[in-house]
Amino acid sequence: MHSEHNEQVITKEVPVKKGYYLVDIEDYPTDGWGKFKRVVKRTLRGELFVGLWVVLREMIKFDIHTIQYPAEKMPIGPRYRAVHEMKRLLESDTERCIGCGLCEKICISNCIRMDTRYDENSRKEVSEYSINLGRCIFCGYCAEVCPELAITHGGRYENASEQREHFIVYEDMLTPIDQMKAGTQQEFQGFGSITPHEDERVKKTPLAY
Amino acid sequence: MNEITINIDGKEVKTQEGEYILNAARANNIFIPAICYLTRCSPTLACRICLVEADGKQVYACNAKAKEGMQITTTTPTIATERRAIMEVYDVNHPLQCGVCDQSGECELQNYTLEMGVDSQSYAIKDVAREAKDWGHIHYDPGLCIVCERCVTVCKDMIGDNSLKTVARGSDAIDAEYKESMPKDAYSMWNKLNKSIIGLTSGEEMLDCTSCGECAAVCPVGALVDTGFMYTSNAWELKQIPATCGHCSAGCQISYDVKHTSIENPEEKIYRVMNEWNYVSLCGAGRYGFDYQNKVAAKDAAAFAKALEAFKKADTIAFTSTITNEEAYLLQAMKEKFGYKLVNKEAKAFQTFLQNYSEISGTKLYGSDLKKVHEANFVISVGAALKSDNPNARYALNNSMTVNKGAGIYFHPVSDPVIEGMGKSLISVNHAPLKEEAVLYLILDLFADKTKLPSSVVSYLASFHSEKTITVEETIKEKVVEKVLVKKLNEETGVEEEVEEEKSTMVSKKVSKEVQVDVNRLLEIVGADDKFMEALEKNLAKKESFALMVGPDLYTHPHAKNLARLVALIEKYSAFDLVMIPSLTNTLGVALICELDDAKGSYTIGYNTKGDFTVSALGDGDLDMPAINQQEGTLTSINKRVNPTNAAIGYNGYELNDIANALGFDAKHVIEYTQKLPLAAGFKAEKFDDLPNRYENDGTEVRGYVLQNVSVATNGNEEVAAFEEKALEGSLIYLANPVRQFNEFTAKATLLKEKAGLYMSEAFLSTSDFKEGDSVRVKNDNGELTLQIVSDNKISGAIAILPTFDSKINSEALFSSYRFATASIQKV
Repeated sequence: MHSEHNEQVITKEVPVKKGYYLVDIEDYPTDGWGKFKRVVKRTLRGELFVGLWVVLREMIKFDIHTIQYPAEKMPIGPRYRAVHEMKRLLESDTERCIGCGLCEKICISNCIRMDTRYDENSRKEVSEYSINLGRCIFCGYCAEVCPELAITHGGRYENASEQREHFIVYEDMLTPIDQMKAGTQQEFQGFGSITPHEDERVKKTPLAY
Repeated sequence: MNEITINIDGKEVKTQEGEYILNAARANNIFIPAICYLTRCSPTLACRICLVEADGKQVYACNAKAKEGMQITTTTPTIATERRAIMEVYDVNHPLQCGVCDQSGECELQNYTLEMGVDSQSYAIKDVAREAKDWGHIHYDPGLCIVCERCVTVCKDMIGDNSLKTVARGSDAIDAEYKESMPKDAYSMWNKLNKSIIGLTSGEEMLDCTSCGECAAVCPVGALVDTGFMYTSNAWELKQIPATCGHCSAGCQISYDVKHTSIENPEEKIYRVMNEWNYVSLCGAGRYGFDYQNKVAAKDAAAFAKALEAFKKADTIAFTSTITNEEAYLLQAMKEKFGYKLVNKEAKAFQTFLQNYSEISGTKLYGSDLKKVHEANFVISVGAALKSDNPNARYALNNSMTVNKGAGIYFHPVSDPVIEGMGKSLISVNHAPLKEEAVLYLILDLFADKTKLPSSVVSYLASFHSEKTITVEETIKEKVVEKVLVKKLNEETGVEEEVEEEKSTMVSKKVSKEVQVDVNRLLEIVGADDKFMEALEKNLAKKESFALMVGPDLYTHPHAKNLARLVALIEKYSAFDLVMIPSLTNTLGVALICELDDAKGSYTIGYNTKGDFTVSALGDGDLDMPAINQQEGTLTSINKRVNPTNAAIGYNGYELNDIANALGFDAKHVIEYTQKLPLAAGFKAEKFDDLPNRYENDGTEVRGYVLQNVSVATNGNEEVAAFEEKALEGSLIYLANPVRQFNEFTAKATLLKEKAGLYMSEAFLSTSDFKEGDSVRVKNDNGELTLQIVSDNKISGAIAILPTFDSKINSEALFSSYRFATASIQKV
């Protein structure tokens, strides 16, 4: 309808607008008696009972949809961006994070900080990692930029805290090892995740083996 | 050198004849990709990516010299194909670890891969195991290495350690099919790359070099990394603060790379020091000795009040030359206002030396700088333990040897394997201490224009010469003519007959000959061996630019005045350009700005040195001061340049300027004095904030300003006294620091862990009763010290070395002023 309307305005050739009709609106009452009649009419229309009946019906049927928050929670979409998670490698259960610092760099609210060091196994180890959730705007850039699919968003959306400034550290975000062993680590499907048909888009590097 | 005009990509470019095309292009902001080339070093020809077309022929821009009217195209379709193939080859089996690599995006492999648009790989080869190696202060990951050999080149051509070389990789041969299918240059580059990897020349497990870290700095990828920096920070997190190194008189341009300390601690910390390695090379102290700041929590008002009292009471300020020009100016201003005596022995010696030099030269300062030494092809060094007194002077000497095919003579009593390792064309003469005058007379004798030298000097020099008849055996070739009977066919008669013919053969013959030879007793006095003159003559062939470096041994010599005059004569009457190596960071600045006194008064304020009241940036004084990496100001370098430096990290305490302000001076910041530095000494009235600190693309140093070499009136007297043939009897000790240490500030740096003690050469230790770690008493008339013996393989010979960098060892106590002394060394 809207586009049609536009068309007509643009062409300006049809003097009478087709497909339009006037809504039948009663004139507002002007005198006292007319106003009284309108009040009585509106009050005794019985619509109240329609609503009351729905409630009563559902109450009798015991089909209650109320979610008992915080005891119960709504399921969250897989792409929802709430408090971050650090994933583990599927093959070895070790941490995916390689300490590249891209999340720290890309973070537009500047709330990620990390310390890295050369560890005993000659690898780059993340010795400290923190996100200031008070500052985080949950934009998802960190998850998008992560080359290892290590940092992702999770579904934990409760952010109430006693201070505006509150932090989450690496250990809290990391998938607990028992969950990992049980195979319940969920892959994130939002920003930064692997899209379908990824294989077809990759040019293969020849191998001499 | 003539100026010529060449044409690069349609742009007229002026350059010098014989300049490499790559350098000419870079100087004119024309981009030619190049990986393996290092400015100031010889072309390596490893990457071959700088391929260009010159007059229709493909050449490598890094080693093809520009000729007048040359037409150069930087890219043609063939060259583009070559370059892409080369980058693909570099990417073969390169680990996809960019996320953890310490190069963190400052990667030339990444840059050129993107520049050449490599989006797919066409080549493959089976990889070989390449395990990461810990070489001590350097970490090498051969997996990331692209074998551009920049590390090898810089170590050989600039540093002179020759510690790195290419070793066999041990991989399969490249698939034969590629020889046909691949672009030619890419194939031959791959062929070379596939055979080699970087290894240590010594064949040992650990690097044993002068630890400058230049190899890691020049590495285009993350293969060579400073172990101390490894995995601590990404490059993009670091804020770069342009500065001037505060450790020695070279005044190298550096940048302090700073970042917050950790998540918990937002305080700034220096993570590393970087340099423009194409134009300046750092030493280990400059690169690793960066955290010498004086950490002060807050202003200590009580100590400050005491300091003010002390300043009111004092009649002397004793200080070291590790201060900025502005502070030196303040000290001088305080002297003028309050009549303090300014005492700084080392700067005073240099100042006096300069004054004595000026009396003949007619200029306040020596005429040349280290850049000239880099460009020279015959260099002499006298009176400096080069590698520790001024590493940059050592690099300049080595650079001249390797890149300019130069030669030189290193005169020093302590024999130095590092210097000797620079090549056969460098003659090391280990003269006895106190023979520096003879050395300078010898240089005059060998190189000065005798027609212009003062006649008294000429006749003095002649007095060392005598004629001697010696018998020499010579091998000469003689032509021996023999008459032989040959059977020949007579063509007329057809009969074979015997004909006598002359046949000559060359026969070697030994002949003894009596020859008159000139004997120069100066050679004997300085201890030059018999072959010296012969070797020198050979080395002097095709040499046209000469440089002389003189060092701190001369300034404190008992006959420093004579030495200064001799040095001036050499500069005036020979082809040598002269550089003097100031003994400490800002000795030259202090010598030019301050009027120094000889003796202390009754109450001394010590600045960075012990006094009755001590203000110190070392953190051990009565009042704290900022160290050079916490200050803004200027430092005067060996190159007579006034270089600006900036504060890398914060300082919360009081500084000299606060004391001065409390005593009646008025400057918000100490850098307000930069423009007031004395014009009469050659400084310029330039504001600190206007001083640049950078290098241009063509290598031009745009840093601060160069001091004006002010003329000094001379009285025409150019006589120099004769020298006495005195010698130091007994076992010798020498006052010098090990490589990477200069003073108490470098001693504070956490990455520099040189052990202080009595340094003895490995060779000497093996022949003596002493062992490494022995406690010994070093005793002479001046005093005695108990020290531990440290074995040092960077020196040879019998002279033991005492360091000054460790404040716990008061080495100076054993020396009157000259850097050599005799002492008895006994085990405790």
